[in-house]
Amino acid sequence: MNAVEIDNVSKLYKKFAHKRQFQTLKSALLRGNFFSSLNPKDAFAALRNVNCTIPKGRMFGVIGSNGSGKSTLLKLIAGISKPTYGKITTNGKISALIELGAGFHPEISGRENIFINGIMLGLTRKSISERFDDIVRFAELEDFIDQPVKTYSSGMFMRLGFAVAVNVDPDILLVDEVLAVGDEAFAHKCLDKINDFKKRNKTIVLVTHSLGMVKELCDSAMWLKKGEVMKIGDPRMVCGAYLMDVESKEETEMQAEYQKVVEELTAGKKDSKVQQSRWGGGEIQISKVQLLDEHDQEKHVFTTGEKMQIKMFISVRKAVEDFVFGIGIYNTEGVCCYGTNTNIEDLQSIECKGTGEVTFVTDHLNLVEGTYFLDVAAHRKDDYPYDYHRHLYTFKVRSQIKDVGIFRPEHTWEFTPNIRLIERTN
Amino acid sequence: MWANLQNLYKYRVLIRSLVSRELKARYRGSMLGFFWSFFNPLLLLTVYTIVFNYILPNRALETQPYALFLFCGLLPWTWFASAMLEASNVIISGGNLIKKIIFPAEVLPIVSVLANMVHFLLGTPILVLFMIIYGVPFTVYALLFPVIILIQLILTTGFSLLVSSLSVHFRDLRDIIANLLTLWFFSSPVIYPLTFSTPQDTQLLSRIFRKVLYLNPLSYIMDGYHQAIFYGRMPDWRHLLIVFAASMATFVFGYFVFDRLRDTFAEEV
Repeated sequence: MNAVEIDNVSKLYKKFAHKRQFQTLKSALLRGNFFSSLNPKDAFAALRNVNCTIPKGRMFGVIGSNGSGKSTLLKLIAGISKPTYGKITTNGKISALIELGAGFHPEISGRENIFINGIMLGLTRKSISERFDDIVRFAELEDFIDQPVKTYSSGMFMRLGFAVAVNVDPDILLVDEVLAVGDEAFAHKCLDKINDFKKRNKTIVLVTHSLGMVKELCDSAMWLKKGEVMKIGDPRMVCGAYLMDVESKEETEMQAEYQKVVEELTAGKKDSKVQQSRWGGGEIQISKVQLLDEHDQEKHVFTTGEKMQIKMFISVRKAVEDFVFGIGIYNTEGVCCYGTNTNIEDLQSIECKGTGEVTFVTDHLNLVEGTYFLDVAAHRKDDYPYDYHRHLYTFKVRSQIKDVGIFRPEHTWEFTPNIRLIERTN
Repeated sequence: MWANLQNLYKYRVLIRSLVSRELKARYRGSMLGFFWSFFNPLLLLTVYTIVFNYILPNRALETQPYALFLFCGLLPWTWFASAMLEASNVIISGGNLIKKIIFPAEVLPIVSVLANMVHFLLGTPILVLFMIIYGVPFTVYALLFPVIILIQLILTTGFSLLVSSLSVHFRDLRDIIANLLTLWFFSSPVIYPLTFSTPQDTQLLSRIFRKVLYLNPLSYIMDGYHQAIFYGRMPDWRHLLIVFAASMATFVFGYFVFDRLRDTFAEEV
């Protein structure tokens, strides 16, 4: 049996036709458009033709960037708002963890709020009394339960909200990015509770940005982009597709940024920010810099361990004999992660003339995940600069491994047979 | 509509809890607590007694003692007016609930009507007390008091549903209601009797005004209170029947509009 069936659902939100956000009765009467004002003219589609079924007892993950319609979908399943087109069928009692403690009244005590919130979520007074101690213990609020809720810290508030909501014991639990509340210990408790739900064959719909959680917990997943379903199915496959999209979007952004730098460099305006990051006598000019991958394709988002080439296009008016080419890679904190030049590496300059290319090639870009700035320079051995580009180029490094530091030496782990580990598959 | 009412019945515990929360929250932190509900009308009545006995004596025979007459009308009027004012804001201020929790939205205006009714009921002992002090006798018609309250409850709920749902779309309704209530107050026999007498020279005007008065359902309710309690007479049963029908119609219409607009709340608040 299916717990949730979403049949060709679209949700349109009204865009405000008037300059003011709200219609006033006065203006409605003056214009005589009393009824038309209640019908959206210009609509924005938060969800478009979404189809999916969630079988009973499954955990279903919904991922997507901000504004992709995840929360809207959850609200539709919860029945808080209605789809504009299409139909949603649900089987079983629903509890929605959309915002924790939404129904709390700040002036009255935690105890009274538990009762009222529980009743709002569909419990009876009796069943709340039975679960009351569990709720309080789960929220770790034994000492504060008779204090007004306004005196609670935000963490306490959230914990209480979560504790009430999960104790409703729904058939379908909708979770919207709320597992990040509280400290580490409480997060574990929440996860335990979710696993407990899974074990008892309840249906869970999880909206989250944590792909790890989706891969680890969910039976299937859906990726929404701008209100449309891009992929649906195996969580690993869906997350992979989503990540690739995020990367390509990042690449596009970085590309645009790079284009701006290049344009400003060629335009040559003296006061521009780009020009201020560039100096030198100009005997040797670096007219362009490209970042390339192993297939000589321009790229700005690299993966740890990938091949990277930094190509400088050089033009020289009068032949130069004393010259050094160098590069420097800095992280966002300004730490130099790596710097080198032809002089340090014992390359003796002989002659440089006309136009040409200088390429720094590394087969394995062993940097940890992060954003990096690139310096390139051509200068004399005594450090007189010909052309120095400071922090003009940016690239990102992505990695599945969240190691720390600035440099990632190639390595393996080895163990004697009595120490056993197994590779996780996420 | 019937299904809605049945659904609402399922939420009666919630309504009850919310009403008691409303009352508790109102007095939380105040020293006198619930005593305020008695103290407020008591103070009001004392002031009226002084004003209308010594400063601005009202000599109209039919409304003596005037302070008591006034109080008899003001008490239910305050219930009606506060409920309406709250209704014009209740969905917007409860937006957090509407957007995040699944429950019938009409609970909110109904709770504000009921909370104000409790206030009204808490004020009635003061009325009784002053009736005894003034030596105004109770008659068997005082038993009609709950009936009139019920009619007023239906009427107020109907208007509240209407106003609360419309105010989501028309934000200026709140200010309109506030002004309208002042007008309504003087167009209802709260501070004067329904059968007021006027000097000869203004009779045409008063005839027109009387027409307005008889179109106003609140007139019959206010008159009902005056008749049953203050005069100890039988209120005109035809009036009560009319206003009962009008209240039911208002309720049905209000609920209908509310129901039609219900789905738009989560997006508009």
